[in-house]
This record gives sequence, C-alpha cells and structure tokens, in this order.
Amino acid sequence: MKSAIIVFPGTNREKDMQMALEYVSGQTPSLVWHKDTSLPDCDLMVLPGGFSYGDYLRCGAMAAHSPIMKEVIERAKKGTRLLAVCNGFQMLVETGLVPGALLHNQSLKFICKQVHLRAENTQTDFTRRFAKGQVLQVPIAHGEGNYFVNDDMLKSLQDNNQIAFRYCDENGQTTTDSNPNGSIYNIAGVFNDSKTIMGMMPHPEDSVVTHANGHQGIPLFQSIVEALA
Amino acid sequence: MSQAALKQKPSIQEPAITLELAKSFGLSESEFALVKDILGRMPTYTELGIFSVMWSEHCSYKSSRLHLKKLPTEGKCVIQGPGENAGVIDIGDGQAAVFKMESHNHPSYIEPYQGAATGVGGIMRDVFTMGARPIANLNALRFGDPSHPRTRALVKGVVAGISGYGNCVGVPTVGGETNFHKSYNGNNLVNAMTVGLADQDKIYYARGAGVGQPIVYVGSKTGRDGIHGATMASAEFGDGNEENRPTVQVGDPFTEKLLIEACLELMQSDAIISIQDMGAAGLTSSAVEIASKGEIGVVLDLDHVPQRELNMVPYEIMLSESQERMLMILKPGSENKARAIIEKWDLDFAVIGHTTDDQHLRLNMYGECWCDIPVPPLVDQAPLYDRPSVPPKAPQQIDNKAFDVSDKGLLGDLKKLIACPDLASKRWIWEQYDSLVMGETIFSPGVANTQALKSGDAALVKIPNKDKALAMSSDVTPRYVEANPFEGGKQAVAESYRNITATGATPLAVTNNLNFGNPEKPEIMGQIVAALDGMGEACRALDYPIVSGNVSLYNETSGRAIQPTPTIGGVGVIANYKQAVGLAFTKEGHSIFVIGETKGHLGQSLFLREIHGIEKGDAPHVDLATEKLNGDFIRTQILNGEISACHDVSDGGLLVAVAEMAMAGKIGCVIDYKADHAASFWFGEDQARYVVTTPSPDQFIQAAKSSGIPCEKLGITHGYDLTLGESLKISDLTKINEDWLPLYMNS
Repeated sequence: MKSAIIVFPGTNREKDMQMALEYVSGQTPSLVWHKDTSLPDCDLMVLPGGFSYGDYLRCGAMAAHSPIMKEVIERAKKGTRLLAVCNGFQMLVETGLVPGALLHNQSLKFICKQVHLRAENTQTDFTRRFAKGQVLQVPIAHGEGNYFVNDDMLKSLQDNNQIAFRYCDENGQTTTDSNPNGSIYNIAGVFNDSKTIMGMMPHPEDSVVTHANGHQGIPLFQSIVEALA
Repeated sequence: MSQAALKQKPSIQEPAITLELAKSFGLSESEFALVKDILGRMPTYTELGIFSVMWSEHCSYKSSRLHLKKLPTEGKCVIQGPGENAGVIDIGDGQAAVFKMESHNHPSYIEPYQGAATGVGGIMRDVFTMGARPIANLNALRFGDPSHPRTRALVKGVVAGISGYGNCVGVPTVGGETNFHKSYNGNNLVNAMTVGLADQDKIYYARGAGVGQPIVYVGSKTGRDGIHGATMASAEFGDGNEENRPTVQVGDPFTEKLLIEACLELMQSDAIISIQDMGAAGLTSSAVEIASKGEIGVVLDLDHVPQRELNMVPYEIMLSESQERMLMILKPGSENKARAIIEKWDLDFAVIGHTTDDQHLRLNMYGECWCDIPVPPLVDQAPLYDRPSVPPKAPQQIDNKAFDVSDKGLLGDLKKLIACPDLASKRWIWEQYDSLVMGETIFSPGVANTQALKSGDAALVKIPNKDKALAMSSDVTPRYVEANPFEGGKQAVAESYRNITATGATPLAVTNNLNFGNPEKPEIMGQIVAALDGMGEACRALDYPIVSGNVSLYNETSGRAIQPTPTIGGVGVIANYKQAVGLAFTKEGHSIFVIGETKGHLGQSLFLREIHGIEKGDAPHVDLATEKLNGDFIRTQILNGEISACHDVSDGGLLVAVAEMAMAGKIGCVIDYKADHAASFWFGEDQARYVVTTPSPDQFIQAAKSSGIPCEKLGITHGYDLTLGESLKISDLTKINEDWLPLYMNS
C-alpha cells in the first residue's frame, strides 16, 4: 500500500502518522509538501494533525486552500482513500468533503487525554478490523474538536452509517461524561457518504507502535492496509 | 509595506544623554562613568541603550558570576558546559542531548499568557540554535497563595500561554512541577526547560565566526515590542508595574515552528558558520555575542533589518525583543542556497551586515553611523560585583514529640495532605499540554490516568529509532532552601538525582535556574552564596555536573522576596526504555519496601505546614554519600528486573509516597509496619529514600543487606483500599487528590 502524508506549515504529527503507517504496513509513507501541486501515486492520502498556519484563522481554513489541496480533493472525489486526523479533520470539514464543523471544546481549553471510542460502522476500509461496538482507547489533543451538525444532517449521517466513532466510557456507554469536548451525539469521527474518506479528532496514530501509549489504534491501520493491499 | 518606504529617515528626537537617563536605563553612576571611559566620549542614545542591556543583571550576571564559577561544569559526559546557548551532553551512539532551563518570571506576572508563551519559545530557540531538535519541554511554576486575588488568573494565563505555544510548535510538554506559596504573591515564577536531540558532529555554536563573512537575519520582522525587557527583568517590582506591559514580547508559535524546521534544514548543509538566537536584548546581545566569541568586529546596516513597524530608529531596532528571530554568520557565497531554504518556509531572510577585523560593533542606518563600540571592553569590562552577604541564620529546631499523631489520625492527615495545593493533582494544568506529540513519550505527567498511560518520577521520552530513552525532571523545594540555603541547594540536586534514578535511568547532568530576591540585600546574597555552595557540593558528589543555566534575581515586590528557588532540571539516560519502571503499583501481592533510613525529620515538612500550620525547623539534611549509595542500589535493582514500581520519598513523606503509588496503579495495599512515632515515621521528609515494590522480597532483602542499604518492609499490595490500621478506598483518595485544583479554578 502506498500512502502520502501531506505536510503543511505548522503540521506537527506527520512523523507520528508516518511511524504508525510504517509499523503496520511495512512501507514508509511519502511526505508531500503543501506547495507541491502534484501528488505521487498512492492508495491512501493522509491529512495529519498539527496547527497548520498556526490555526490563526479558523482551524484548517487556510490549509484547505493550499496548492496541493486541489489535487487532494480531486483524487478523493475519484475514490482515493483519504484519512484526516485532528487538524486534518478540521481541514476536511473546511473542504466540504464531509459535513459538519469543529467548534471550540466546550471547556474552551485545549485537552490532551486518553479517551474511549466506540466503533459504529465497521463495514468500511478504515474500520473493517474492528468488531461492531468495539471499544478502543486512544488519545485526543485538541482545542477545537467539538463536532457540530444540524439535526437534519445528524439524521442523514445516522441513516447513511456515516458515523465512524463515538466517544464513550470504557464499557462502551456514550455518556455525557465520556464526551471530552461537547461533540454532538458524542461524534468523534465521520465518513463521507461513500465511506472512502474518514475524518476523526482522536489520534489513533499515537496508539500503535510498541513504545506508544497503548496499541488500540492498530486495527484502524490494519483495516486500511488490508483493504488497499 | 515596502522596505524602501522604511528607509526614509524619520525625524528622530533622541533625549539628551545625562546621568539621570543612564540611571533610568538601570545603570549606576559608576557604570555610566565606565561607559564614558570606554568610549572616550559621551555615548549616543543607541550606545547607552546597548551598554545598559548588556550590563543588566539579566545579561551580565554581574551579581552571580563570581559565585557561579564555583559550580562543577565538567564531567565525562559533558560536551559543552555553560557559556553557549545551551548545555550539550553525550548520550551515546554519536548523539547528544542539548538542554537548558530559563525563567520568564517578570513578564509572566505582568502579562501571564504572552510572558509564559515567549518563555517557552525562547528556551526552545536556545536549544535548536545549537542544531538540536527539541524533543521535550518541562516547566516549573510557582504561584502565590491560592487565596490571593491574582493567583487564579495567573495560573490560568500562564498555563494557557505554555499550552498555546508548546502545543502549536509540536514539542511535547512532558513534565514539571507547580507549587503555591504566599511568598510568590507578587512575583510568580515561570521556569521553562527544553531538551533537544542532536548529532554530536552537527552541533552549532555562537563562536567560530571569522572576518569578511555575511551576517544574516532570519525569522520574524522586528517590531517595537519588548524594548528594554532585559532591564525590566533586572529590577524589583513596585506596585503599578502594569505600565511595564509594553516591555513584554508577543509570541508567535507558528513562526517558531517554521523557524525550527527551516534552521534544522539549513543546518543539514554547511552554510552556517555561527548562529545565535535573538533572545533577551535581541539583536544587541546576539551581535555582541557573535563578535565577542569570534573575536571579530560587526557592521550592521539596520536599514536592511526586516521591520514590521514604520519609522523605527536604531535604538528601537537594537533593543527590541521581538520573538522568533535568529542571527547567522554564513559561509561567503552560500547566501542564495540559505535564502532558498529559509524562504521555502515563508520566513524573512536578509543580509544585514558583515564581519570585520577591528572588534568594533558599528551600526549604520539612514546613511549615518549610530553606534561605534569596541566589543572587548563592552563584554570584558562588564561590571562584576562581589556583593556583600551575610551567612543565613541558623534554622530554629523543632521538637518532633510535640507533633505526634495516633495511628487513627494518620489516614485523616493523609487525606488532608494529598488534597493540599502542593500535593493535589495538577491534572487541570497538564491536560492542557500535549505530552504525546512526536509519538515517543513513555512516561507523562500525573499519577492516575495519565496521557501516556504511565508515569514515573521523571518524564521519559524515547529517542527515535533507538531503544534508549531520556529521563528528565525539574526539582527544588523552596521552603528547604529558605530554612537552610546550603542544605536546600544540596537537596534540589539530590532530589533530581533521585527522580531520574527512580525510573532506572542514570543521571547525567543538570541545568539550573536560580530564582532569588534582590542581590543588593546582604541576606539575599547570603542565600545565593550558600545555595550555590550546596548545589556545587551535591553536583560534585553525585557526578552530576551543571551544563547550562539561568539566573533570575530581583524577584521581589515592594521589598518582599520570594522563597529562594534554585530550580534544577536533570537529564538522565536509560539504555532500554523497556527496563524503566513507573511509580504505579503494578500487581497485587508485591511486597512494599522503603529503601534508606527513616529518622523522622519533621522540620519544614508539608505535614507541619498543612496539618499544624507551622513553617518551621531545619531543612532535612542530605548525606550525599548515602544518596549515591542508595541511588546506585535502586538503579541496579531496577535494571536487574527486581523492582516493579519505584517512587522517591519527598514532599509529604512516606505515607504520601505509598498513597501516590496506589492511586497511580488503582491497586491498594495493606501496611503492617508499626512505627514508634507515627507522625515522624510516616510524614517525615528524610532524604535518600525510595518506596519500591517487588515480587521477590527475600531476594531483595538479601541484595539490600549485602549492599549495606537500609531496607524496611512496609506491607503488601492488595485490594482496592489503603489499609493502615483503618482503611481508605483508593478511589476516594484519588477523588480527594483530583478535586482541589479544578474546584479552585472554577470557583
């Protein structure tokens, strides 16, 4: 599986992502600078975490207009798989490839902690190695991860099985207390309608390699490798 | 804004040069006379500004330099000791750890968010200037009494500033400490430490520039922020210091991140001869530093300095402390290659001058010369004071017997202790720091449900593509230093040594950040001298040299000094991170031991302060030979796989240490040790002690015996309660420990 991680000025979790993908797939992803206008051939594109352009404007808003993004959007529309994590997810919603917006955390503070997620739709290229309802523990690290959509859109996400992960407690209960940032319906990650694009706030890439903080992010990357091999 | 528009000479009205003006710049009468003597004439306004910042306490260390010389700065791991931007030590495999701690106390009190943020930015620049990629940040924070009206806002602002800057740059904040004490009411402390990783053959220094080489400015544009910041940091606070707000710089972590990547990329080529970040005293100190260390002269054409404000004058450009700027000397002919890399990262790049052979600092702008200072006397004749000092008063002794407690009262007191501001969980703080970015964090802060899932006495960060990891910690117990500066200085070093050791790592070297009051007061100077003596003695005995540091004096408001706070930032290495142990109980049925002798020292203990409201007595004394012996024993046992958890005994004493291990592991314990004097045994703060758990107690006792190490069995890990006569649920203890700070911040 060939993968390409897009690097923006201010991106800072590209190495974490590279390490995780390499660990699971055995192949080193290429890092693509945002000013490039052509992407290498790849099966998976990744928008990684960080603070692109300092997040001085709305998070992800500037990066969504970087030169490389035109190509990323075009390929994604044609079906090349796209994984967008944290700041990448913020860019993704800015492009409109998935619905919704990411608001300030309810606490108005940056939060870095371990959270539990429940895999909701496990029939996708990103989640097929999870059992439905499986609970995984991964960290979050963000200030603006409070996912919001209106009621109609929420219903449509539910009807189309577009919800990837929801915040829950360790027993899989999607309680208010287990929701770290105020996201609507405890949503931590979503798909586009054809499930070829996934955006999520938590960092599965920081829960993969042996020395990292738990290994429960591994099935996510195994799913991708299995699907795209 | 075009550069051409800036070059139009504005009408410049500079004040007349008088003694009064010099004094308002922080120069004394004799220092002003020396300036005139060096120049053989009256200084210009720009020159006066340059002398005053270079000779400020902050830049010249004029009160502390004599005494700093007594510290041991050499050792077998030391590649670069004090004198460069940061210290450099050998960590094997041709790699080096580059680290330093620096204060941003005064700015953080005036403007907490920006003051703390730029403190983090400044210390990271010191590290990557040397060619090292920052891999970890730590911070040591001291705030005033929680009941003081400003404390809550200061905590909030400082933490948000550190979080806002460090998270954005993408360097994990992995450790630190936070204390509260009324002596910091008008003067909080923000000490930030960065640890970086470099290849030993790719270290960059300020020294080494030659004649006829281009001087290049890289980074953000220069504005009017932070002018005279170094002078402000070298004075006591009075009331109404808010008017100093314009002397606080504004941070831009996004530019810092670009600057790190751009500099490290440029450093992969051979274009840079010498490099210096523009920190305190900005362009002035970086230019003087490069000139002085290279024994060369410098000519700067200030018209070419990228400026973000109109009509700036040489005085402002030279004294601005705008952030995220670097000064480099390039190999002639490599300018275009360097420019391409810097501009790829959307940063300003400008050739602003060249080096000469006459050892003068010359500044041109608007077609005129504004400054012509011979560099050697500016540096070498900087004032050096042997300030009068009086030896610290002998501490009052206390009578332990007056404070004993029944077995029944023990657990009640424990509950109070773990809820007190100094021991309460700092989760509210560290959850705002990204401790996981870069993906190499093994031990992160806190005791329960930590970000990395594990925690130890020191933070532990793995080296990419290697099994080895760096352990790091920041330590000092200001109340000990105040009671007994010599012993307190020793203790800060010893505790650092112990915290690194408790993970299984070998302590290698330290950086220090000396925060004291006004050195012109003999009793404060006495504290400084004695604390440094103690520190030096401990560093020598533990083979734990000081490789970098920072001095912050005049930490006083309206004549009230802070508790002396010489913070120690320690770094150690462990060959295989898998051998490291955390502080959490790992399994039921393990035996719990205390290593080291417990005499029951209650003087200056948290028990006295929090339970009895008394801040009295001598600091616990550190026997350095014992410290080393016990440390070596613990480390060997950890590396032999005999120890399943290890925690040093410090603030709060033995029972607090045991409770923290239980909370971290969510596993209880049954303690069956019967102490003769319960309070002093369980809450005394004797040094050189560790609590450990082991699955093989007989073997462990044998090992301790044959090494001559005092070792007492306390009990066994078991269930979900802490049982010592009576029982307490671990989950209840955790709740008490976790509740205080969020309740305080939200009230």
